[in-house]
Amino acid sequence: MAEMRYNVPNDQWPVHPEKATLEGRNKFVGFWTFLAGETVLFASLFATYLALKDQVPSQDHLVAAELYHLELAFVMTMFLLTSSLTSVFAVYHMRNNNFGKMQLWLGITVLLGAGFLALEIYEFVEYVSIGHTFRSSAFGSAFYFLIGTHGFHVIVGLIWITLLIIRNANRGLSVYTAAKVNTASLYWHFIDVVWVFIFTIVYLLGVL
Amino acid sequence: MKNSWTKTKFIMLMSVLTMFLAGCGENHLSALKPAGEVGRQQFNLMVISIAIMVLVIVVVTVAFSIAVFKSRRSQLGESFKPKQIAGNHTLEVIWTSIPIVLLIILAIPTVYFTFQQGDTTEMVNAKGEPNQDVTIINVTAHQYWWEFEYEHEGVVTSQDLVVPTGEKVFFNLKGADVKHSFWIPAAGGKLDTNVDGVNSFFLVFDDDKAQDADRLFYGKCAELCGPSHALMDFKVKALEKDDYEQWLADMKQIEEPLQADAGDAKEGQEIFNNSCIGCHAVTPTGAGAVGPNLTNFGDRELVAGYLEHNKENLVDWIKDPETLKPGNKMTGKYQLNDEEIEKVAEYLMTLKVDEGTGDKSKLRETKDEGGDK
Amino acid sequence: MAQVKGKKAGFGAVLWDYLTTVDHKKIAILYLIAGGFFFALGGIEAMLIRAQLAIPNNDFLSAGLFNEVITMHGTTMIFLAAMPLLFAFMNAVVPLQIGARDVAFPFLNSLGVWLFIFGGIFLNLSWFLGGAPDAGWTSYASLSIASPGHGIDFYAVGLQIAGAGTLISGINFATTIITMRAPGMTYMRMPLFTWTTLVAAILIVFAFPPLTIGVFLMIFDRMFGSNFFIVEAGGNTIIWEHLFWIFGHPEVYILILPAFGMFSEIFSVFSRKRLFGYSAMVFATVLIGFFGFMVWAHHMFTVGLGPTANAIFALATMAIAVPTGIKIFNWIATIWGGSIEFTTPMLYALAFIPSFVMGGVTGIMQAAAPADYQYHDSYFIVAHFHYVIVGGVVFALLAGLHFYWPIMTGTMLSEKLGKLEMVIFFIGFHCTFLIQHWLGLWGMPRRVFTYLDGQGYNAANMISSIGAALMAVAVIILLINIIKTLVKNEKVGRDPWGDGRTLEWSLPIPAPYYNFAQTPLIRGIDVLALEKEEGDGTIPSAGPVEPIHMPNNSFIPFMISLGLFIAGFGALYFASGKPWAIDAVADLPVRPWALYVLIAGLAITFISMGVRSWKDDLGYYITKEELEADLRELEARERGAN
Repeated sequence: MAEMRYNVPNDQWPVHPEKATLEGRNKFVGFWTFLAGETVLFASLFATYLALKDQVPSQDHLVAAELYHLELAFVMTMFLLTSSLTSVFAVYHMRNNNFGKMQLWLGITVLLGAGFLALEIYEFVEYVSIGHTFRSSAFGSAFYFLIGTHGFHVIVGLIWITLLIIRNANRGLSVYTAAKVNTASLYWHFIDVVWVFIFTIVYLLGVL
Repeated sequence: MKNSWTKTKFIMLMSVLTMFLAGCGENHLSALKPAGEVGRQQFNLMVISIAIMVLVIVVVTVAFSIAVFKSRRSQLGESFKPKQIAGNHTLEVIWTSIPIVLLIILAIPTVYFTFQQGDTTEMVNAKGEPNQDVTIINVTAHQYWWEFEYEHEGVVTSQDLVVPTGEKVFFNLKGADVKHSFWIPAAGGKLDTNVDGVNSFFLVFDDDKAQDADRLFYGKCAELCGPSHALMDFKVKALEKDDYEQWLADMKQIEEPLQADAGDAKEGQEIFNNSCIGCHAVTPTGAGAVGPNLTNFGDRELVAGYLEHNKENLVDWIKDPETLKPGNKMTGKYQLNDEEIEKVAEYLMTLKVDEGTGDKSKLRETKDEGGDK
Repeated sequence: MAQVKGKKAGFGAVLWDYLTTVDHKKIAILYLIAGGFFFALGGIEAMLIRAQLAIPNNDFLSAGLFNEVITMHGTTMIFLAAMPLLFAFMNAVVPLQIGARDVAFPFLNSLGVWLFIFGGIFLNLSWFLGGAPDAGWTSYASLSIASPGHGIDFYAVGLQIAGAGTLISGINFATTIITMRAPGMTYMRMPLFTWTTLVAAILIVFAFPPLTIGVFLMIFDRMFGSNFFIVEAGGNTIIWEHLFWIFGHPEVYILILPAFGMFSEIFSVFSRKRLFGYSAMVFATVLIGFFGFMVWAHHMFTVGLGPTANAIFALATMAIAVPTGIKIFNWIATIWGGSIEFTTPMLYALAFIPSFVMGGVTGIMQAAAPADYQYHDSYFIVAHFHYVIVGGVVFALLAGLHFYWPIMTGTMLSEKLGKLEMVIFFIGFHCTFLIQHWLGLWGMPRRVFTYLDGQGYNAANMISSIGAALMAVAVIILLINIIKTLVKNEKVGRDPWGDGRTLEWSLPIPAPYYNFAQTPLIRGIDVLALEKEEGDGTIPSAGPVEPIHMPNNSFIPFMISLGLFIAGFGALYFASGKPWAIDAVADLPVRPWALYVLIAGLAITFISMGVRSWKDDLGYYITKEELEADLRELEARERGAN
């Protein structure tokens, strides 16, 4: 009986399947509230970073202008922005009750996100090799905490979406699963928006 | 039994009343007995705010008491049906605007004094160097003692702060290990000694107020800084300008450690030179030492910042500092037997600066030289 | 599927039920028990503090131990007693007040309570594992980095776990109030307690993340070798103070706003009069919440932020007095011309007004920055915030306990003992804290483990300690009252106070686990009073009896919290004896297992979360037939009672 509530025939598929049930609406409002909290979280991180930017114990530590590669950061930005777009496609197909295409675009989103993550790891490895580490200076601590927290969010998002793709593979679309996909997609957009701020405040202002 | 309880109650009642009537605490210690311009401004601000607030309390209490008294169900009866009122715009406007007016009355002096007391531009001259015309004292707070360095004269002392009366005394404050807060309640409010940078402010000590307090104010650490935070007191000697400069000159002329004459003190000095001098200087220079400067230890007001200044307490302190000041940095840094400790104490008690031997004109000379640089 | 009702369940079954419950009424009981326990613990710590300070040069507690006790007193009372107890009343009352069957996220509700309980246990285990935190509840960075041993680590990790629970509960209540209101329950018809809960929940969402970040900085510095607060490596300790107070000041409003809400309900009920100036009250609540975020630096007037910052924050702080004043006057106008019944909750509410005004006006005095240079970190501050928090929040908690006790347990606390408790508590409270204002002005700093004789502090401290003992007596009377009432177990019926005005009092006691058999229809403000006035006091239904969708119980919240609790120990001991560790823990023995414990704990948490996400949790239905049977049974019971 409980399952029936969620499995809607194709011709009755709602325009906003993610908000078709009370649980779905709760999830929608609750998740936006959560993202409000996350915004303050990142605001605190940005403030900490700005306060400690270039604060190093001695001259022989590298500072922002000597470290950052704008090109790499730009490529990373492109990866993440594109993945945000592909997740929009996934949600678009979800609303059209097109399960296959939704799964496909979610998959592409994951691949782009993984590409971003790989570049970030590459960047971190390079910084560590030239002595800019989490423990080398207050600047290092603040840099890795800010970028690392974002990176951690990316990892969580990737695992989350991947799990959704797999678990939904044999369940298909319902208003129950639609709410889950929509929430994950909201989260992914949020990660993307935060990265835009990181690109501007950390990298762009860092090399200028 | 019952009688003694009544008596205790009576005594307690009387002591409460006395306190409310006296109400102001001790001359050397109370924020309610301001000793100079800064403290007085703050006190006046308190009085303004208390006056406004008492007014508020009275209004609220009267309205509240009438409301409660008139509306008791025991008087009105069970059948009384209160009139259901949604609200009243006029009333809302009244009790929104009156507090705003009261707050503006308080806000004006607040902002004025905030900027006046935060103004330390006098500390530097046109060239951005320390201004030779004002007294500047660099305070470094340690767990759990205070170091005072006289900016222009280079004299370093600890625990007992000596200040001139009748002028602004500027302080540069910083914390050596953790954050502390520098507070001389009678002279004015506190300012934190951060570990991240230097804070500056000024206090004023009036000469007549200093006399009322026997020229000795109490200072305290006001920020939790570890187990012995409560014991991190210091003393402030407020001297007339002449006496202050004479004291500085007396200190400044000490270039070599004072030599003990003979006997125990002499032996004590040798032991001190072997075991203690690594941390404690006995000439008034070298700011930033590990331990307090002991040049004028014999003249100090207190042992360990809070015990009566005598040899017994000093011996106890050297024997077992951990018990007297838990968490201090001296414990375990030296190994002395009881006999040696006696001698070191004897020596330390002789470390008195001869009064009036310094040449004040020399103090001025160096000052002028410094100014010409 | 449906729960066992009416039958006597075994202890194991009851325990399992509470470990897995997602019912807001049972979670309220969990919050009440755990919060009450921590309140007692914090109270005992307070008694130790006052015993130590009763006489000068006392050696009842050593210097180090005293600092641990004050730290734990503050931390426990704020995070583990006051907030959870408020959550207890929010859980018990808010869904009933808005006509909801449960909160928006029953699963998260359970997760919130277990995170709080495990965080609280973690924090308090420090007493047995090498010493409690000792840098004050504010834990300022330079001292907390220097503090030797693992005490501060327990503080940081414990707060992080409990704080996560609070954040989750905040999101949950905000969502619940936004989405779950019954038909007709518009925002401007919501009872004040619901309104203040909504604002407090939103404050939690915005205020806790800065604390999370601040505590993470501390965790990383102390346990993973970073340099946020290490000045020699470029760090800055003032960051902690900012982050802490950006959280810390709104936190005060998170506590006091729900207290305001409860008092608003109590004034209204026991004056038999609707709240005066409802819209002004709502407006003031929102305004206080808003201003709450713009005044944090008034805790930092003596840090040396400069006159401009001090002046701005002084003015912003003064502005908060205006909405607070509006509230006070509206309460007075509410009881004015009413018909006051002096019940225990009402006595607390009446005592609250002068007490809280005292605390409020000293707050304005501190807003005058130059005068605050004198008050700051002295006993004046201690007096001020206890006037606000005890005179406001604790009075509300005690009032709420008596007021909502019937809803939570189905019985009524003894009014006689309650009034005795209230009078003693009230006297003890003023006796303890009034005199402390003077102590501060006489130059006594706060957080001192002792004071010297001859400074004029002796008599005042003795008076203060006697007052504290009186408060303890009052709490003991309350405990006796609770035990007596529970043993007697005399059940009460609907609307036990007789003058309930809002929806929660319209329900049968105990309320069925689905709360409302039919969704209620709300026709106006103070809906029960309205229906009593215009009809027979029954709330109309918005629709026919229909099957009700209910969430399943779950053990996963317990497991998620347990995982973090275990991981906490791994993080805590990770830095012990490592070459890169800060001085405070560098000399401790190396714990090679720490990393594995950390990973294992996090694995438990993340796998539990994965299971939650993987499994379909579709809930179950209560059928129409079951509901109708329940309704008939209830009708028979109530007819029998009459």
